[in-house]
Amino acid sequence: MRETEDEWTSLMRLAISGDSAAYHRLLRAVTPVLRAGARRGLARAGQPVDQSEDIVQDILLAVHLKRHTWDTNAPFAPWLFAIARNKLIDALRRRGRRVFVNIDDFAETIPDESATETASPSEIAAQLQTLPPRQRDVLQSIAVESASIRDTAAKFAMSEGAVRVALHRALASLTAKLREQ
Amino acid sequence: METEQLIRTLAADNAHRARPVGFVLALALVAAVPVSVSMFLAGLGVRSDVMTAMHNPFFNLKFVETLALAVSAIVVSLHLSRPEASMKGWGWLLLLPLAILAAGIASEMMMPQEVPMMTRLIGSNSRVCLTAIPLMSLPLLAGALIGLRHGAPSRPAVAGAIAGLLSAGLAATLYASHCTDDSPLFVVTWYTIATALVTAVGALVGSKVLRF
Repeated sequence: MRETEDEWTSLMRLAISGDSAAYHRLLRAVTPVLRAGARRGLARAGQPVDQSEDIVQDILLAVHLKRHTWDTNAPFAPWLFAIARNKLIDALRRRGRRVFVNIDDFAETIPDESATETASPSEIAAQLQTLPPRQRDVLQSIAVESASIRDTAAKFAMSEGAVRVALHRALASLTAKLREQ
Repeated sequence: METEQLIRTLAADNAHRARPVGFVLALALVAAVPVSVSMFLAGLGVRSDVMTAMHNPFFNLKFVETLALAVSAIVVSLHLSRPEASMKGWGWLLLLPLAILAAGIASEMMMPQEVPMMTRLIGSNSRVCLTAIPLMSLPLLAGALIGLRHGAPSRPAVAGAIAGLLSAGLAATLYASHCTDDSPLFVVTWYTIATALVTAVGALVGSKVLRF
């Protein structure tokens, strides 16, 4: 467990210094752990655990947009689990539940790889439709069609810088819409 | 969207760099200060006997107290902008201005006074104090909340309350240069009530706008 956390911390340091591959690896590594925590939280609140994927995506978006609040000298896991707990509480509140989030829901780095019982996430897809067309096009090109920034720029006759700006804005407004819903 | 797709998209956005919360908070406060200062100059202005007042240690002490409040609240609010942070070990910083105030009261007690204690406490500006500090706080509170929105506080109401303390501390610094009541007894009573009002507003608004 200790080793896992140390690895996360060094991956996140690499990510912050500009290594996108390390960032990709980190997000993939934490996702099963977040999924396990979200399931524990849902189960405790008497909610169907197959709803966990929307919460996982919510957490990932918050991690991404708030990563500048992580102190690079501190371990990464406590910061990550604090974000995760916060988002789990929000999600349960939105479902109109009295919230008892146990601090232990997100305290272990035991992954849950069982993707089979998980309902496919729907919240981001629903909010995607409300984005301005340009942001939605860029986001869909990169997320769904797996196009690179450069290919996306060529496809829409935009500069790469403009694609990056549109992508970031899309992610930020998506997060804001998920929060307001 | 599948989680795997989202992850790839987030990685594609890794080049985006956000400014530190402290930087954004500083910018927002720098933008808000002129608004509060204009309100101050238009409505109150510096007291006319300020040159002689500066020889009175209790006049000067007011600025130490209000600035101590503002500075400690800034430090605590930046700490709380990290999601894993708690007040544990940091709350004492907010007691610092109160400790300075207590020391001020004690030293005033030890000095011979012409005016009775209750008269010093009630003073002659309490109503202006209770109106001006909250009003001048509002632009600063808005600035502080905008700055702190850039962070990720786990307890938005607490972070909002600290933003209230911060803005009340700055507004009280302006007000202190207008007010002719210099007794720490006046400060501990009326400044504190005014600050509590702003803190409550900060907590209320913060609980809504500081969620991330």
